[in-house]
Amino acid sequence: MRTLPLGLQVPGDTVWHRLPTGRKLLGLVLLGVGVVALQGPWLPLLALAVALAVALHAGVPARSLVLGVRPLLVLLAVVAALQTWQRGWPVAVEVVATTLTLVVLATTFTATTPTDDLLDAVVRAAGVLRPLGVDPQRVALTFSLAISSIPVVATLFTQTREAAKARGLERSPRATLTPFAVRTVAHAHAVGDALAARGLGDPD
Amino acid sequence: MATIELDDVTVTAPTADGEVVLLRDVTAHLTERRVAVVGANGSGKSTLARLVNGLVGAASGSVRVDGLDVATDGPAVRRRVGFVFTQPAAQLVMPTVLEDVALSLRRHVKDKRERETRARAVLADIGLADRADTSVHALSGGQQQLLAIAGVLACEPTVVVADEPTTLLDLRNARAVQERLLSMDQQLLLVTHDLDLARRCDRALVVEDGHVTCDDDPERAVAHYVESTLS
Repeated sequence: MRTLPLGLQVPGDTVWHRLPTGRKLLGLVLLGVGVVALQGPWLPLLALAVALAVALHAGVPARSLVLGVRPLLVLLAVVAALQTWQRGWPVAVEVVATTLTLVVLATTFTATTPTDDLLDAVVRAAGVLRPLGVDPQRVALTFSLAISSIPVVATLFTQTREAAKARGLERSPRATLTPFAVRTVAHAHAVGDALAARGLGDPD
Repeated sequence: MATIELDDVTVTAPTADGEVVLLRDVTAHLTERRVAVVGANGSGKSTLARLVNGLVGAASGSVRVDGLDVATDGPAVRRRVGFVFTQPAAQLVMPTVLEDVALSLRRHVKDKRERETRARAVLADIGLADRADTSVHALSGGQQQLLAIAGVLACEPTVVVADEPTTLLDLRNARAVQERLLSMDQQLLLVTHDLDLARRCDRALVVEDGHVTCDDDPERAVAHYVESTLS
C-alpha cells in the first residue's frame, strides 16, 4: 500500500475499531479542540506522540502516516520558519506539532471507521434537523461526496498539469487552472447525473 | 418484461441564440429484452437513453416506463430504471467496493447488516466478491464498470439503460461487461458504437440528427446505419 486513500478503512479489531462511531466522532472533535488549546512546545509534542501511538496501535501503517503528511511538509516548513522569525521557536513547534496531531488523529479516525458507519452517524446527528426540512440522507451523501472528491480532484489537477506540460505550457498558470476548473465542474456534473440516476437525490 | 413508451418526444436545449433540437418526434414502444441504440456521435442517442430515467426532460411528448410517466413519477421510475454511464469513475462515490454498492441501498434498506448482505450477494454475482474491501480507485477500468453495474443491479431494477458502457475498455474488459449486460434478466436499453454487440440484441434503433431513422431487426438496422453513414 503506497498511501492510505482517504476514507479507506484499515481492517482490525482494536479498541479504536470497536468504539461506536458517534462517540468516536465526538471524541475527535473534543480532542481537536483540546489539542488546539495546548500551549508551549512540550504539551503539543506530547500530544503528537500520543496520537502517533494511537495510530500505530490502531494498525495504521507507519509508511502511510508519513506519506499522508508529506504533502503538508513544505507548508509546515514555511509556517515554522515564519513563526520562528516572528514569535520564536517554541511557537513554531507548537503550531507544527498541533497541525500534525490533528492530521494523525483524523487519519486514525477514518482508518478505523467504515464510511457506511460514518454516514449512519451523520444521518443520526442530522436527524434533529429534520423538522427544519433538512434531509439527513442528503447531508450524509454530501459528507461522503466531500470525502471521495478529494482524491478525484487531485488526480484531475495532476492530469491537467501534465497536459499543460506536454504542450510546453508548464509555466502558464492559466493553461493549468482554467482547464482544471472546467474539468472539475464537468466531473461534478457527471457525479450529479450518476447520483440522480441512482435515485439518491430523490425524496424517501 | 418492462415496457418503455416514447410518444412524440421532442427534446431541446437552450443556446445563446435560442434553442437547439436534440431529438424530434420520437415514437417507440420497447418491450424486447435487449434493445440497441446506434448512431453517430452527437446524433441524439444518449439523449434518448437519458430520457428513460429522467436525466433529460422532454420539451413535448411523453416517456413512460411500465405506465409510469417519467415527468410526474420520477422517483418511482428511477427505482425501476438503473443507468450505467460510459465513465464509471464518476459513478463510484464511496471509498470501497462494498460500500459503493451498499450506497445504492441506503434509501430503501435501513438495516446496515441487510445492506451489507445484499451488497455482498450482488458482488458475488458479478464476480467482484474478492474485491469487496478494496478501494474503488484500485480497480481496473473494467472492474470499475462492473462495479457500476453492481451498484445498479443492487436496487433490483426492471430496466437497465447503458450508455456506451464499453467505449473506454480494452477488449477483455469490454467482453466481460458485454456478457454481463446481455445475460441480465432485466430489460436492457444499450447505446453503443459496437455494431457486433448491437446485432446481438433483439431490436435496434438508429438515431441520426435527432431522428429515429430506422427501428427494426438488428441486422437490418445496422445495415441501414452503415449504408447511411458510409454512402
